[in-house]
Amino acid sequence: MITINNISKKYEGAEVLNISSIEIPTGQSFGLVGNNGAGKTTLFNILLDLIRPTTGSISNHKVEVNKSEKWKDYTGSFIDESFLISYLTPEEYFDFIGDLRGMNKADITSFLSQFEEFFNGEILGKKKYLRDLSKGNQKKAGIVAAMMGNPQVVILDEPFANLDPTTQIRLKKILKQLTEDREITVLVSSHDLSHVTEVCERIVVLDKGIVVKDIETSTETLKELESYFSV
Amino acid sequence: MISQFLRLEWKQYFRSSHWQKGIALKVIMVFFALYLIVSFLAIGVGGYYLIKKEFPDVDPLQMVNSYLLYAIFGDLIFRYLMQKLPVMDIKPMLILPIKKSKLVHYVLAKSSFSAFNIMGLFFYIPFSVVLIREGYDTAGVLGWLFLIFLIIQSANFLNFLINKNNIAFGIIATILVALIGLQKFDIYDVAGVGGQFFDFIYANPIYSFSGLVLLIGLYYLNFKELSTRMYLDGAVSQKVTEAKSADLSFANRLGDVAPFIKNDIRLIWRNKRTKTVFLMSFLFLFYGLIFFTQEVYKEMPAMLMFASLFITGGFALNYGQFIPAWDSEHYKMLMSQGFRYRKFLESKWILMVAMTSILYFLSFPYLYFGVDIFLMITAGAIFNIGFNSLFLLYAGSFNRKRIDLNKSGFANTQGTSATQFIIIIPLMLLPMLLYWIFNKFIGGNAGFIAVAAFGIISLVCKRYAMDYIEKKYIQDKYAMINAFEKKA
Repeated sequence: MITINNISKKYEGAEVLNISSIEIPTGQSFGLVGNNGAGKTTLFNILLDLIRPTTGSISNHKVEVNKSEKWKDYTGSFIDESFLISYLTPEEYFDFIGDLRGMNKADITSFLSQFEEFFNGEILGKKKYLRDLSKGNQKKAGIVAAMMGNPQVVILDEPFANLDPTTQIRLKKILKQLTEDREITVLVSSHDLSHVTEVCERIVVLDKGIVVKDIETSTETLKELESYFSV
Repeated sequence: MISQFLRLEWKQYFRSSHWQKGIALKVIMVFFALYLIVSFLAIGVGGYYLIKKEFPDVDPLQMVNSYLLYAIFGDLIFRYLMQKLPVMDIKPMLILPIKKSKLVHYVLAKSSFSAFNIMGLFFYIPFSVVLIREGYDTAGVLGWLFLIFLIIQSANFLNFLINKNNIAFGIIATILVALIGLQKFDIYDVAGVGGQFFDFIYANPIYSFSGLVLLIGLYYLNFKELSTRMYLDGAVSQKVTEAKSADLSFANRLGDVAPFIKNDIRLIWRNKRTKTVFLMSFLFLFYGLIFFTQEVYKEMPAMLMFASLFITGGFALNYGQFIPAWDSEHYKMLMSQGFRYRKFLESKWILMVAMTSILYFLSFPYLYFGVDIFLMITAGAIFNIGFNSLFLLYAGSFNRKRIDLNKSGFANTQGTSATQFIIIIPLMLLPMLLYWIFNKFIGGNAGFIAVAAFGIISLVCKRYAMDYIEKKYIQDKYAMINAFEKKA
């Protein structure tokens, strides 16, 4: 369970985020939408203790994220390409992250074998450094790395951007499977309304840092969102 | 159109990372540039008189002329290794309504002004001025200078035609070696013949225009070649190197710091800048030769201590001063992983200590200069291992400048800030002072012992120091993440 309490972030007087309260129960697939500058990435960065909030606190499974680092052991994330180590090959990168997450060589191999279809033969064994991969392929590597080591919480910022249609569909399938057993909480942000409505059971709309909508996904949701954003 | 291009150049220059620096660094860089220019000017102005003094019966111009041929081939080899056609800059313009031929002219014209073409002129122009002042024929000297200018420009364009072609490079290198060989073994008087050619130009300056034919020809060939290759999969393509994975499983024995060590080894080997730092640290091994071979420094033992520190400390100093900025590109990711920060710092420490030890073993030949020198190097190595590696880690927590690993290594000051200048004081001056005091007032081996003891004491206190350093890094985490996000 993730509890967001009174979180706000100010930069030189300008408030970019102000959320009074959001509670994300364990096993929920949570979608965050909003235009550029709405504060989606800022919220994720605060959640990962990469920037400090001006006020408020976030706890991740009862661990307050800026007080203890315990949450790191069960939280996997991919925000942007800066999460990749540019001079490693994808294999070496997975080894590195796997090592940090307490997996051995065999664990890593069997873990990666699940994603053969997702990788579509473009990631492993290509003899390329991550910096030389296309944006979409970099993203694939980053998303898979975020799921290493049985995380309880998976945080993905804009996972659908830059992916090809086939991979988008495969990613949706993977995300749905993750939350199937109601044990893993998945947080996703996106600009693509149809993808989030398909994957997430709950959608929060941010506008200029403020929660303007908090809806449980239904068949009406996509229409509702489209009409909201078409103004 | 041209004014547009020039405006772009202006912005590119002044908005480049060179200028986005603190004022102190700018001042230092300007001084360094001035120093280089003045040195070249001094050689240019003084060269004439120097030759005159050393070889009174030779005409300085003829002397220079006889070596020009070597200079030209040497220049070509240097260019082959270092100079690249600035073709990437035009990528955003390919889709704009600008004629391709214009873009090609622009790229080629731009290359004419490259530093490779200007540096030499700092010698040739003052040299010519001195020649004219010394009563040489003005027209002759000007013609000679003009031809040299044309040859430099031709070399510029010839280099792009060769364009990283190893065979052509081999031919040039062979010619140069052959020319030197022919001269050396008195088979053929290359210097003489080469000299005669340039002497002839001096005597008949009108023939210097022959160089113009060469230059125009080469320019035209470049133009034709480049015009057909102005495509993203042609000249305007980025090279992708094939990844080579070496087996680093030996590092696994280091336990839970192993992933970081493996990562650092790859970091060093696969990025230009870090690779330069690594290879340079072996050059620092020879630093002592400058000091130990000169009588002057025998009287200044503190300076010898300085050299000794550098011999084994090349890697620790050059690599250590930018910790953790080497990881700035993916610092965010590291900070969201569950590991003890200590492991990360520990791995950097192990790396510095290991490299310092290796460099120390490689420094054994310095025994040739006597036991005293060797003891000094040993004391320096202990100090580097004990104190400097820990202090560099601590100083690293003040680094707030991102380093883009893909940028080239030579003379790259990205990531440099006031920190790098301030840390020199304890790193270098402290041991020098220690040595000086103990050597002066107690004498004997007290100097070495003091420096080494300081290193050993630091090493003993490592655990406490590391606790403190770790705390400092964790405390400054947000500031570092924020700073490393900002691209220079």
